[in-house]
Formats: sequence, structure tokens, C-alpha cells
Amino acid sequence: MSTVVPRIHLGEWIADVVNWLTDHWSGFFDGVASIVNHLVDGIQHVLMNTPIVLLIVIFALLALWARGWKAAVLAAVGFCLIDAFGEFPSAMQTLAQIIVASVLAIVIAIPVGILAARNRRASAVIKPVLDFMQTLPAYVYLLPVLFLIGLGSAGAVLATIIFSIPPGVRLTELGIRQVDGEMVEAGQAFGATPKEVLRGIQIPLAMPSIMAGVNQVIMLALSMVVVAGIVGAPGLGQDVLSSLQSLDVGVGVEAGLSVVILAIFLDRVTDGFSKREVGLRSEIDKLRRRQARAAAATDAA
Amino acid sequence: MPLLEAQHLYKVFGRRPGDIVRRLEQGEDAGELRKRYDVTPAVIDASFEVNEGEIFVVMGLSGSGKSTLIRMLNGLHQPTSGHVKILGEDISTMSAAQLRQARRDHISMVFQHFALFPHRTVAENAAYGLQVKGVSEAERREKALEALKLVGLDGWGDHKPGELSGGMQQRVGLARALAADTDILLMDEAFSALDPLIRRDMQDQLIELQNQLGKTIVFITHDLNEAMRLGDRIAMMRDGRIVQVGTAEEILTDPANDYVAQFVADVDRTRVLTARSIMEPPVATLGMGHGPLAAHKLMREHQQPGLYVVGRDRGLQGYVMEEDIVAARGGGETIADLVKPIETTVPADAPAAELFTPAASVRLPLPVVDPDGKLVGVIPRVTLLAALGAVDPTDPADPVGTPDNSTVELDKTTGGAR
Repeated sequence: MSTVVPRIHLGEWIADVVNWLTDHWSGFFDGVASIVNHLVDGIQHVLMNTPIVLLIVIFALLALWARGWKAAVLAAVGFCLIDAFGEFPSAMQTLAQIIVASVLAIVIAIPVGILAARNRRASAVIKPVLDFMQTLPAYVYLLPVLFLIGLGSAGAVLATIIFSIPPGVRLTELGIRQVDGEMVEAGQAFGATPKEVLRGIQIPLAMPSIMAGVNQVIMLALSMVVVAGIVGAPGLGQDVLSSLQSLDVGVGVEAGLSVVILAIFLDRVTDGFSKREVGLRSEIDKLRRRQARAAAATDAA
Repeated sequence: MPLLEAQHLYKVFGRRPGDIVRRLEQGEDAGELRKRYDVTPAVIDASFEVNEGEIFVVMGLSGSGKSTLIRMLNGLHQPTSGHVKILGEDISTMSAAQLRQARRDHISMVFQHFALFPHRTVAENAAYGLQVKGVSEAERREKALEALKLVGLDGWGDHKPGELSGGMQQRVGLARALAADTDILLMDEAFSALDPLIRRDMQDQLIELQNQLGKTIVFITHDLNEAMRLGDRIAMMRDGRIVQVGTAEEILTDPANDYVAQFVADVDRTRVLTARSIMEPPVATLGMGHGPLAAHKLMREHQQPGLYVVGRDRGLQGYVMEEDIVAARGGGETIADLVKPIETTVPADAPAAELFTPAASVRLPLPVVDPDGKLVGVIPRVTLLAALGAVDPTDPADPVGTPDNSTVELDKTTGGAR
């Protein structure tokens, strides 16, 4: 089909770039792939070789610690259901990928978010890039990732990282920018260095927002499960895919519900950590402070 | 050497601020420039010195540039032009590291909205300056608790700031600045966010602390009464310019322009004016050795119903009334036999509000004495009323008790301690 505006062969250029990268940077990408694969395999190995009952108890305790006893019950029931569906091994494979993808995404997102918060120009550059990462259909970059990384967990993890980084960056930037200017001035006025202001004032005060970003990163990572399946990563995504191919509604529903349960669990736990006043840890914290105060009072008396 | 010095400070926000400063220096109108170039000249040619141990108040309405000014004093804002000197050292020539060191050692700050760190305990907040200085944890906790005690927050160290009331939070802010142990304290509208009763309390406490510690304080406020209560000297600011610097009394009795005059019109003058600023030199005084005849002559000359008697060192010894002299005439007595003891005196720094009762109880003009009991001046009732009404007391319609310029032959050194 002819075009009105002279045809721009952007697609060919990008393809050339990808070809060039596969030719000249294959060593680098193989290295990245092998590191990511090792990480995923290692975590998978641990999860698959721990007794299921013990894992369920651990998950429930985690929920109790972060969020309270209701979340703990929910977690226990949820993971029991996953096991009842026969999806527990797949769920653990998926969990391993999500843990690796989320951790890497967060490790990248938070420093980038801090940079964007402190430097207007950096922010102006980073924002459109984030828009790109979030809105470009995943299938478009899936192919180049496949070329460069190959089939398997590593490709899935990298595609997931691309998709899930933006909210981590955005919420970190927002959180730091929203810290009251007087607080920052207070730090400066007492002679704190920029690094001391960042670490002692801005990051702690931005923590709720940063943790909300972490939560969003994990949620987006979960939403990539099926795409991960397409790239050949084992887990719940592949179960969903194969149910599609074999027109097996039952397996599809079971695998899909397992994804939902995993998502709810991860959301509640990470959301709990972003709030000060929920969960067992805050109860313990309160108790400790009360004791300290009582001790101080007896000291004074 | 003044502890803190501002020399021709300018701060212009907007594009090409240097140009705008040049135009301002050439006398162009700030309002005109603001409109034409869309810039904000926040501070224009501000110069002043703050001496050791004084409370220097910068008073202005919102938008007058006072917050910008105070932030230039510790380098939070870089002046567009001009210099700030802390202990004689120009901070605009300092490197970032030197400036940080100067802030740690010499100049700390208290903020309008407290700016306490909610994730740290009260004691950790108070210790912040010391932590930045690199003081060990045990030592800084000890000093922080000491500072908290000083501001009346003993025992609150392990609470979080969120558990405290507004007034208490600002005490923590004050403790944080005191614990840092700097020479200079900058206070940016420090009490403005507090309700009036608590504000009053805090003002009293600040004055007390200042007497105790002798800190040098630069205090920003938009509240004239606060300025008059706290300030040893006050800088009146309007539209970025300092229009007058002086003591509360100077500003009240001798406003530099109509703006200041209008501003101070509503001030409760009885609280600001002191006996010293109202009093006049005594028209004449007597010595113990004088004869009744000479005394009588003096009284008639100055149309006084009586005169005060002072010793050689001007110590106030008593007073003599004309009627007693008339009654005793020819009895060969000296003043020493006729003198009556003084019942009422007022100190020179007594506020005018406290002068009415004593003024009503004496028949002669109210005697003002210094701490050694020396007579430094007198306040005729009419002068007191005139001062509070800001009427010229030398008005010709004035019926009694104003000094004429005749020389007083007995005591030439009439004490006007103005």
C-alpha cells in the first residue's frame, strides 16, 4: 500500500539494530540470560523442594506479620485451594519468576525515581520513556527479547521487568517530591549533606509512596504471567495457555484462579508493609515503645 | 564586630535577575519591573547588622520578602546580589562544604510549621543537629534531653512528634535549634501557627531562654505586637525593602514614613512605651543644703508646687512642697528640716501601662529612678497622657508642668537619660 507521506522504514531499521545487537552483543545478553535463569532456578528449586504444608504455614505467617490474622487465614485458605487445584508446583514456578522480576524492577526503579525527583531534566527525559514502556503492547518487544535472550524464564522475566518498572519509578519520584519543603530545608539548615537529606529525610518520608510503587510493580508483574507463558516460561501462565490450546475450560479456570489467589496474597502482604499501623509487626513495635516509655518514666522517678 | 551582617541584599526571582537588580539600583520602580518583566523582586537592598545577644525582629506582612530574607542569612537562598557575613565571614564565597560547616557551627533555624521529622522520636529530632555534626549517639541524646528540659518537655523524649500538641511540637523545634548549640538562631514565623494564648507563652519563654543563654536571635514575624514584645531592635519590611530599623520605642515614637506610622497606629502604646521614653528632665531640683528662700524662689520661677531633693550623686532623697516652705518661713530652717520622704518612684524601664496608678498618687510629676535610686527624669501627668495619645507634649495649649529653657542655677546637670 502506498503512503501519502514518504514511507519511513522504521521497522526495518529497528530490525537491523536488533540484528546488529544479536550479532555483536550476544555474549552480553547470554550472560544476562544465564544470571536471570540461575536466580529463577535457584528460587524455584527452594520452593519446589520445601514441603507444601510448611510453605503454606510460612505464607500465612508472612501475612500475619505484615497485615494481621485475617490476611493470614486468607493466605492459608488460598494456598490450600491452589494445592487442591493441583497447581501448587506451577504456582511456585510463577512465584519464583515474579520474585526475581519484581526485585530487579524495584532495584532499577527506585534509583531512577530518586534521580527523576532530584533532577528536573532527568525527569523530563524519563517520563516519556516510562509512557512507552507501559503502553507499548508487550508482544512488540517480546520478539526482540526472544531474539536476544532466547526462550525460557529469562526472556519472560526481562519482558516482565520492562512492563512493571514504570509505577515503581513514578511513585518513587512522586513520593520524594511530595516531601514537605520545610522538612528538606530543616535538614539543610542544620548542615546536612544532600545525601544525608535524601537518606535521613526524603526517603523515609516518601516510604509509603515508594512501597505503594513496589506493590504496583508486583501486581503488574503478575499480570504478565500469561505473556511469560508465551515465551516458554514454565508456570501458571503456561497452564492457562495450554488450556486454551486444548480447549480445556476446567484447567484454564483452575490455573486462572490460582493466579488471582497469588495476586491477592502478594498485594495484601506488600500493601501491609507500606502501612505503619497494620499487622503483627506494628503491634510488637507499639508494645516495645510502651515499654521504653515506662522504663524512661521509672528512670525519671 | 556584629555577629551577623547583611549588606545590600537583593533577591529577585524570575528571568535574568542580575539585570533586574541593576535596574533597581538605578532607581527603577520595583512594581513597574514586576509587571513589565514578570519577575519577583522579593528582597531589595536589605542591609542590617545583628549584634551578639540581641533579638532582632524582621517584621512585615506576607509577601514583604521576610521569609526570603531569613533564608539568605543561612544560605538556603543564594542572594542575587549582596553579601551575608556570619562572624565576619562572607557566606557567598564559601564552598558547599564550608557553608554546611558554618550552618552546623554557627546558625540554626526554627520553622513556621515546625518541620519535625515524624519518623524520629522527639529526642532524636532534638538531636538532629548534633547527629549531622557527627556527635556520638550517647552524647547527643544527653544534650537533646537537656535541651528538651530547657524548653519544658522533660520526659517527652521517647514520644513521636505526632503525639504532641502544636505548642509542644514547636518547643521541640526550639530544642532542636538550641541543642545544635549555634551562636545564631533564625526563627521563621516560629509562633505564627500557634493559637494566641500558647503564642504568648512561647514568647515569654523565648525571652526567658534568651536571658538565660544569651543567644543571638533573628526572629521573623507578621505580628507587630509580637515584634514589639520580643525585639531589641525591629526591622520593618515592606515590598522587599527594609523601611526602618530601630527599637520598638523608636519605631513607635518616630516612624520613618506613613506606612510605618499607619502600621503602628493600632499598637497598644502603653505596653511598648517605657517610662524612659516618656520622661523629661526635671525642671529643677534642690540640694539638702539650700535655704528655704532660694527654694521658694525656684518654685515660683518654674511654677511648681514643689521640688525634688537630690544628693550630690543625684540620688533621690525626698521632696519639698511650697506650702511647707511658706509655713516655716523665717524659722531659720534648712531644706533638710522640711524634706518629706518619697513614697512613689518608677523604674526607667517600666511600661507606660504601669505608670497611671503611681502618677495619680503623687502631687508632683512622677519621679523616674535608675536601679541605683538616682533621679533620671520626671513624668508630669499631662506628658504621660500626651505620649499615649501621640500628641506633641510641647503644645502651647499645655497648661502645666512642661519645662521652659531657663537655666537652673542650682543643678546644671539635669538628667535626661534619653
